[in-house]
Amino acid sequence: MTTLTIMRELHTRLKALFPVGELTEQRPALGFVTVPKEHLRTTLMHLRVKEGFTHLVLLTAVDWLEEGQFQLTYLLSNRPLAIDLGLRVMLPRDAATMESIHDVWPTAATYQRELREMFGIDFPGSPRLHEEFILEGWKDIPPYRRDFDTLKYANESYSQRPGRETHDPATHMKQQLYPNGR
Amino acid sequence: MNLFAPDRSQYPAKKADGTNDIDLTSGKYLKLWQGPNHPGITGNMSVELTVCGDEVVEGKTHVGYLHRGFEKLMERRTFIQVFPIVCRVCVPEPDFNEYCYAAAVEDLAGIQVPERADWIRALILEMGRINSYMMYLGGQAGSLGQGVIGQWTTYARDLMLDRFEELTGARIYHMFILPGGVRDGLPDGFDARMEETLKEVERTLKDVWDVMFCNAVFKKRTVGLGVIDPSWLEDYGVTGPNARAAGVAKDVRKDQPYLIYDQLDFEPPIGHNSDIYTRADVRRRDVQVSVDLIRQMLAKMPRTGPVMATIPNVLHWKIPRGETYIRGECSRGEYGYYLVTDGSGYPRRINVRGPSYTHAMALLERMIVNINISDVAALMVSLHTYPPEIER
Repeated sequence: MTTLTIMRELHTRLKALFPVGELTEQRPALGFVTVPKEHLRTTLMHLRVKEGFTHLVLLTAVDWLEEGQFQLTYLLSNRPLAIDLGLRVMLPRDAATMESIHDVWPTAATYQRELREMFGIDFPGSPRLHEEFILEGWKDIPPYRRDFDTLKYANESYSQRPGRETHDPATHMKQQLYPNGR
Repeated sequence: MNLFAPDRSQYPAKKADGTNDIDLTSGKYLKLWQGPNHPGITGNMSVELTVCGDEVVEGKTHVGYLHRGFEKLMERRTFIQVFPIVCRVCVPEPDFNEYCYAAAVEDLAGIQVPERADWIRALILEMGRINSYMMYLGGQAGSLGQGVIGQWTTYARDLMLDRFEELTGARIYHMFILPGGVRDGLPDGFDARMEETLKEVERTLKDVWDVMFCNAVFKKRTVGLGVIDPSWLEDYGVTGPNARAAGVAKDVRKDQPYLIYDQLDFEPPIGHNSDIYTRADVRRRDVQVSVDLIRQMLAKMPRTGPVMATIPNVLHWKIPRGETYIRGECSRGEYGYYLVTDGSGYPRRINVRGPSYTHAMALLERMIVNINISDVAALMVSLHTYPPEIER
C-alpha cells in the first residue's frame, strides 16, 4: 500500500468518527486536516492510542491577522508508517483559549507556556503557564502577534548610542566614486 | 550497576497541584543557580536548583538569555533574506537549518533539486554532524574534569572546518545550501584532503576511546547515571542519540530517508543502558558512521551535472498559500522547519523544531531530580542541548 493510500484511508476513518475537514496532501507522507476546537482532544487521543501517532513533533501557532484567527498546529508523527499528520485548530483572535493537552503529552506544557507568552493564547490548567518563559517583565502585547510593531517598540524602548554614524550605502558609494561631487 | 536508594524522609511533600512544597525558611533547602555564567552549563541557559544537602530535589530550566526573536525577524524578510538568520539558530551545526529551510521553500514552491546537489547537501550535513559530535565529546569529558579531550576533539573539528572553508568559503556559517540546490560543486583535490581529515578524526576517536571511555573515573561517574526510561520517549518527544541510547532506533535518516540516504549503507548505532555513558558511546560510534557515510558519498557522488535548479527571481519571489514541515536527523535528534506561506513575498510563519526544546526543558527537569549537584553538568551535557533552539 502506498503512503498516500494509507494517509487517505486514515482520513476516511477519522472522518467517520470526528467532524474533521478535508485532507490537504502536502506530500504523500504529510497531510493537514482542520479539526473543530472542541473535538481536538478526542481526535488527538484517538490518533495517539488507536492510530499509532505517538510522537508530538511540534505545537505552534500561526497568526492570520486579516482573518481574525489564530491557527494552532499540532503535528503528530507515526514512526512505523513514516507518516505525519498536522491538525489545525482555528481560534478567534479575541477569545484565544484552548484546552491544554499536557496530560496527553507532558512536553506540551512547554509549548503551551511559550504560546501564552508569545501569542497570548491561554491554555487553562497547563502547568507553570504563567511563569515567564523567555521574556522578562513584558508589558506590551504578545510579541509574536502580527500586529506587534517591532520597529515602533525598538524606537520607544532603546536609544541610539551617541556618536554613532550610519551611512546610507547609496550616498556612501557616491562619495567614494565621485569625491568631487560630479 | 549500583542503584542509588535515596532517603525519602528528607524530601519535600507534594502539594495538591503536584508541585513540591518547599519551605526555604526551614533551612533544609537551598536555592542554587547553575548558570547563566557557569562552567557546567550548556550555553546561555541556567538551571534553578533546589538542593537538600548536595542532592537536587527540584530543577527548573530558565532560557531567554539568547532570545533574538528569530522567528519574528524571519516573517519580515523575503524568502532569500531569511538565510543569514536561519543558520544562526544553531552555531555548532548550522547546516540543518539551511537544509530544512531550503527544502521547505522548495516543497511549497514546487522546485525539483538536481541530484548532484542532494549528494553535496548530504555530504555537508554529515560533515556538520562530525563537528557537532566533536564539540559534544569535548564538553562531556570537560563536564567531568577531563580538559584534554576537548583540546583533541577541537583539533579534529578544526580540520573539518578547513574542509568546510575550502568547500563553502566559510568556517562556521556556510550558507552553501540555497533553495534550488547548492552554490557549487566540490573543489579539485577535495577527496584526498577529506580522506586525510577523516583519518585524523578516526585517530582522534581512538585516543578519545582510550582516554575518556576507558577511564575508570569517567566510567564510575557516568555508568548508571541519568537514565532515560524508554517509556518517556514519546511523552517527552525524545529523539536522536538520546532515544537510540535507550534502545529505540529512532533516526530520521532511516525512518523517513531524505536526500540520498536511501542509497547509502549504514546502521545507526544503538545502545541499551540509556545512561550518560551509553549516550556518549552512541555518539562516539555515530561519528564513525558519519565518517563511513562521507567515504561512501565521495565514492558514489555524480561529478558532473547541474548543482542548482532554475529558481524565480529571488527579489520578487512569491510562494502560494500553503504549509509544510521538513525534518532531518541532526546530531541531537529530529530537527525540523514548519513553514507557512500566504501567497506574499514573505513567510507567514516559520517555526523551528529543535530537539533541545523538549530535551532541555521537560525532560531535563524530570531527570535532574535525585541527582547530586556535581553530576548536574554531566547530565545536562549528556542530553546534548543548545539553548538557541529553545528560545529562537
